[in-house]
Amino acid sequence: MSENKKTGHAVQTTGHAWDGDIQEYNNPIPRWWLWSFYATVVFSIIYWVLYPAWPIGHSYTTGVLNNITYTVNGEEKTTHWNTRARLVRDMQTGEDAVKQRRHMQEVANASFSAILSDPKMIDFSSKIGKVLFTDNCAACHGMGGQGVVGLFPSLVDDDWLWGGRTENIRETIASGRIGFMPAFGKTFSDQQMDDVVEYVLSLSNQAEDQPRVQRGKQLFGGEQGGCYYCHNQEGTGIQSQGAANLTDQIWTIVDVAGQKDIEGKRALVREVVSKGVNRSMPNWKGRLSDEEIKLLTVYVYNLSGGK
Amino acid sequence: MRHENIETNVGLLVALTLVVISIGGLIEIVPLFFIDETIEQVKTTDGKDAIRPFTPLESRGRDIYIREGCYLCHSQMIRPFRDEILRYGHYSLAAESQYDHPFQWGSKRTGPDLARVGGKYSNEWHTQHMIAPRSVMPDSIMPNYPWLLENDLKYNDIAGRLKSQRIVGVPYSLTDEEYEANVERFGKEAADRLNIHAAEENLMAQAEQGNYDGDRSRLTEMDALVAYLQVLGTMVDFKQYDEGHFAEFR
Ligand code: HEC
Ligand code: HEC
Ligand code: HEC
Repeated sequence: MSENKKTGHAVQTTGHAWDGDIQEYNNPIPRWWLWSFYATVVFSIIYWVLYPAWPIGHSYTTGVLNNITYTVNGEEKTTHWNTRARLVRDMQTGEDAVKQRRHMQEVANASFSAILSDPKMIDFSSKIGKVLFTDNCAACHGMGGQGVVGLFPSLVDDDWLWGGRTENIRETIASGRIGFMPAFGKTFSDQQMDDVVEYVLSLSNQAEDQPRVQRGKQLFGGEQGGCYYCHNQEGTGIQSQGAANLTDQIWTIVDVAGQKDIEGKRALVREVVSKGVNRSMPNWKGRLSDEEIKLLTVYVYNLSGGK
Repeated sequence: MRHENIETNVGLLVALTLVVISIGGLIEIVPLFFIDETIEQVKTTDGKDAIRPFTPLESRGRDIYIREGCYLCHSQMIRPFRDEILRYGHYSLAAESQYDHPFQWGSKRTGPDLARVGGKYSNEWHTQHMIAPRSVMPDSIMPNYPWLLENDLKYNDIAGRLKSQRIVGVPYSLTDEEYEANVERFGKEAADRLNIHAAEENLMAQAEQGNYDGDRSRLTEMDALVAYLQVLGTMVDFKQYDEGHFAEFR
């Protein structure tokens, strides 16, 4: 036995000595620690009783907390505590979910024109729409819907490939779109390509070589080029085909407007016409609900100033 | 004294420590192999298993996913909370990672969860985003992976890779009986793609058909990775089940 220096009392040691004289005290565990330990034991026993805990063969004890109630196909169902059932319950009767569903129902039942003339519904759809847009669309179209020239179209301008009415936008989002234009690199000779390119530029008043424009016009409207199939004779595009309007200053595939000199513009247009376009917008009807798509439609519609 | 015997005998101390630790582990883990509801039964409408192992190409994509350490920033586990399912879709099922060895649940979300990223974006987007994330997401902190588009995909060892997966229980088929069992279980189309003997052809055919990196002339690592990303979370059609169905399995 050695002595505790503080109290002067004899303290028990564990009884073995190392290297001759190194001994270990056998002090009792501090009270607070011991009681905390007992508390955890009691806690776990209560937990075993209340919650799913012990395996028995192919099953397990489900706990006596039989307190999660939800509805399936009109039938009420009560089950033992578990996170999946709790989620179903929260989605059905949770405060936030109920509130949101009420608004969703309102939107679902309203026509687009009714939504767009009701400031409260516009407010709701821009709040929810913004969240949905950030989670699902911003990766391609950018946070603000500005897009990336060449890859993903801008949604903030008034120029629509597939149409800017609410019904067009809804269809675009629900079913997705494929923007396809064949590659003309092998169809045309170099000179023909120069001519077509010049004609395309003339449509938006940017051409400089009139003889080329005249020849290009023949190709654009003729069978060899066949551009008019999709872009129509005037070059204004056909929305049911998603073919771009070539007569405006808005370019979605190549940044012609950003080029200062004519050579730069020609090179870019030449690039699209020879390589063609093949890009796609995924469809969302499997991933988002009808109401969510409707809200997004309103959101996108309003991004471009609602025109 | 017995205590002393243990403490002065390193071999014994190690052995007994292992015994004590494994009791805890075994009690927690072993029952999961026996409890019926651990892995959900997920059948298609015609009675086949909805969830199949990855095809050879997807499986190579998964290898690349692991090699590049994508799991360090991305989880593949949507938890059953309202805010998660609103953002990512239906919560992940145990069945969905049953053929995933090792599973890619992850524990860190520097980037978003990828458990249901399949079909969310186009192949072009993935390719663009992989080589230069900031060209589509200006604020992204994800690294560039330009070499994925430069490296040819190595696939002459694909049969060996599938065989090693088979050893840990993934039903890639080597014998005729195994193939027949797969036809029964997954349907003919899927069973054909799980046949180890045809692994190389299948891999090339899928890459040719899917054209994942936008360049048919070469088979790159990008093809495999995008094929993998595009299948994540797409095998189960949740519309088929009522809301409470998967809660039955808990
Ligand atoms: C994988 C990238 C990608 C994602 C994600 C994406 N889009 Fe698109 N989107 C595109 C592409 C590419 C086009 C152009 C299609 C074409 O060329 O015809 C497009 C076109 C559109 C159009 C038609 C534009 C027009 O001028 O007619 C709308 C509207 C649109 N997207 C809305 C959305 C919404 C809303 C979401 C989110 C639910 C979304 N997009 C998600 C790639 C994407
Ligand atoms: C099969 C239909 C089709 C044909 C034929 C076609 N185009 Fe296109 N073109 C499209 C589509 C669709 C787009 C828009 C693609 C997109 O935005 O996804 C487009 C885009 C373009 C653009 C880019 C516009 C922009 O905003 O950046 C140019 C330039 C163009 N076409 C020129 C031509 C010329 C010249 C021809 C004939 C040689 C032609 N196209 C033939 C469908 C067609
Ligand atoms: C340093 C962390 C980090 C690493 C490593 C990383 N990522 Fe990411 N990833 C992010 C971040 C942050 C985002 C969100 C911003 C963005 O889209 O770029 C993201 C987004 C993504 C997305 C889009 C998800 C969505 O739903 O929008 C995909 C797909 C993706 N990463 C795949 C990968 C793959 C495959 C790898 C491995 C080759 C990888 N990431 C490695 C951080 C990372």
